[in-house]
Amino acid sequence: MMAAIVIAAIVFSPVASLFTTALEGGLEHWSHLWETVLPVASWNTLLLLLGVGVLVTCLGTGAAWLVTAYEFPTRKYLGWALLLPLAVPTYIIAFAYLDLWHPLGPLQGFLRFVLDIDSPRGLRLPDIRSLPGAIFLLGFVLYPYVYLSTRLMFLTQAAGMVEAARILGESPFGVVLRVALPLARPAIAVGVSLALLETLNDIGASEFLGVQTLTVAVYTTWVTRSDLGAAAQIALTMLLIVVFLIQVEKKARRRQRYSTIQRMRPMAAYVLKGWKKWLAVILGWIPVVIGFVLPASYLLVEAIKRIDQAGQVSDQILKAAFNTLWIAVVATLITVIAGLVVAWATRRVRESFQGNGSVGWPAKLASLGYAIPGTVLAIGLLVPLRLVDNAIDWITTLADRPVTQLLVLGSIWSLLAAYVIRFLAISVGSIEAGLSRISPSIEQASRLLGYTGSQTLWRVHLPLLRPALASAALLVFVDTMKELPATLLLRPLNFETLATWLYAEASRGTYEEGAIAALLIVVVGLLPVILLAGAQSRRSKGPY
Amino acid sequence: MLDVENITVGYQTRKQFQPVVSGLSFSLDKGEIGCLLGESGCGKSTILRCVAGFEPLQAGCIRLNGEVISSVDQTVAPELRRVGMMFQDYALFPHLTVAENIGFGLRRMPHSQKKERVREMLALIGLEKYADRYPHELSGGQQQRVALARALAPEPQLLLLDEPFSNLDVDTRERLAFELREILKATGHTALLVTHNHDEALALADKIGIIANGKMMQWDTPAALLEETSNPLVARIMQREELARQRSEARLRGKDSQASLAAD
Repeated sequence: MMAAIVIAAIVFSPVASLFTTALEGGLEHWSHLWETVLPVASWNTLLLLLGVGVLVTCLGTGAAWLVTAYEFPTRKYLGWALLLPLAVPTYIIAFAYLDLWHPLGPLQGFLRFVLDIDSPRGLRLPDIRSLPGAIFLLGFVLYPYVYLSTRLMFLTQAAGMVEAARILGESPFGVVLRVALPLARPAIAVGVSLALLETLNDIGASEFLGVQTLTVAVYTTWVTRSDLGAAAQIALTMLLIVVFLIQVEKKARRRQRYSTIQRMRPMAAYVLKGWKKWLAVILGWIPVVIGFVLPASYLLVEAIKRIDQAGQVSDQILKAAFNTLWIAVVATLITVIAGLVVAWATRRVRESFQGNGSVGWPAKLASLGYAIPGTVLAIGLLVPLRLVDNAIDWITTLADRPVTQLLVLGSIWSLLAAYVIRFLAISVGSIEAGLSRISPSIEQASRLLGYTGSQTLWRVHLPLLRPALASAALLVFVDTMKELPATLLLRPLNFETLATWLYAEASRGTYEEGAIAALLIVVVGLLPVILLAGAQSRRSKGPY
Repeated sequence: MLDVENITVGYQTRKQFQPVVSGLSFSLDKGEIGCLLGESGCGKSTILRCVAGFEPLQAGCIRLNGEVISSVDQTVAPELRRVGMMFQDYALFPHLTVAENIGFGLRRMPHSQKKERVREMLALIGLEKYADRYPHELSGGQQQRVALARALAPEPQLLLLDEPFSNLDVDTRERLAFELREILKATGHTALLVTHNHDEALALADKIGIIANGKMMQWDTPAALLEETSNPLVARIMQREELARQRSEARLRGKDSQASLAAD
């Protein structure tokens, strides 16, 4: 239990320190910020959130309803293919479309060819490097969050009610409007808030597309002007939005819990015929093509081209890949072990208090990290990490062997701390779900057969938790590998991961080996999507 | 053998102390089978959990073979009590085979001896052929017998059984109740079981305790409880059980006659 409290405190430390740093920054900063960056950045961020919110709602809910309620060719494949864009991080889709949608790039070239226009000036299409462009691209990679939660809801709940509505004489359109949508509202809210947290976290896409958001503002204020106080104040503004989004999510989840949980019964799908059938096919596959097929095949082609030209991949990118691999492995190990400690302690306490509410707080606090955008987390970590450095300095001076340089700040350790804090929620959640499936009597049986609590954890729970631990590890590994904003701010000098490598190339405007790095990230990112798709198809088949 | 003296268990709410079991006593001799009978929520399972060591006491003490195993300021850890328990859901380890489940508590035994003991237990419950199966491949009755064997294998001083038959259908239930008594009597184990089923208690127990609202109404032999009742509440519980059974039988009969009418 102590260990769990310590972990929770560590997770909370960046938020606390953010407040103090922001206060130290003083008021004159604040007024200066108000005159310069803050209004534009806040306005841009709000518009971006609003736009992405609307787009992911339409795409996610529409796609979920389409594959649930209608039968058309390729529906079965579409059901999981719609998840594929999850494998493409926001900064990678922006990176890909900068080239794809370039006036001289393949897409516009193809359009001109079809329309028989010779010069790029003959056809002026909106520039992707704009706020609408950012909304469009983020929407097409983030809609799977809404799709996932809404589809699950439709699968578990909708069949009976939709059939009842039809028998009562409601038209198919009325069914959507008056039954399906109201029913899906909590699920949509959960999905949208997750997608918006991801939007807030994004730094690469906004930067590449030239949209000055709060995240970008935090980054530039700290990196180019090295003004920590001001950066902390902007970060605090973002935290406000985060708190709001978490509240929305929590409220929606509570309502979901009370909705009647029925046995899985697939809805009798409405069989589409003639042109409608093909319209459904086209509509259904559009998000997959824009969000995954186009960028992924572009990256593949570019990567092959590059390797063909150079005959080999450079040492730097191999180094970056190696860095990414080992830091992700270490971060995963720490995160999963910490998650196990928190989940286990929460369960033990919950049992001894016997359903007495307020004991889950270490787990809840530990889960906060996931909602905090990477840049905010990095800024918040600076002060606690410096404190640790000071403590090390103090201890070593006492021991007569002073260590003068900063050991933790700007080292691998600070990067690991950020990863663990940010992704602890994933491992706690996954392990808690696994533990909840193990009946308490199993543990008691082991105790009565002569094993202590920790021996029981080792001999009974760990073997039973193996699938939960594996999925936690996979999810944390992939997320760590993709992480960009916190890595940018906290990494040691000359330490490149695949994500920062890609970022550097894209901001320099040199498109050399970025495609290889991006392709690697997308390929690894496909692993959890496959896992998710498997879980979903298993769910739609039967009770398990 | 087992002495439960004046125990009180409960939890603290914001306003007051909420007792689940209050001032309850009884004792069991070696080789006896005791049964706590009462409706669900009366606190009988809590008593079992106290004897197992999962629940701290607010008052009183529990002695096993003269040694205090639970008191207000001291609770011997469950793993050190040498008490066996059969759980309502059997709690078989799903990742271990039947043989591994039974051998789980025999960790201090040398390998060959352990193997012998597991074989002995398998023979006792008549499941020799199922040693390498996993729990989910067994029927409910078979699972229950494996749970019994697992609890008995380390030779506990006392065996606890929590609603041992509640997960079984009626026919299996009756057969296994007698089987269980045979096994316990043959091996000479002392056992304490908890049930809400009047028939099970009468079929199995040497001593029955009627529990209501966390208090012991009467602790006596089945014969004594059926013949003379010192407490009106006890009489009601025994009779209500009887009445309920008669009523449900009548209802069953009624359904049968309806069914035959429909068939005509």
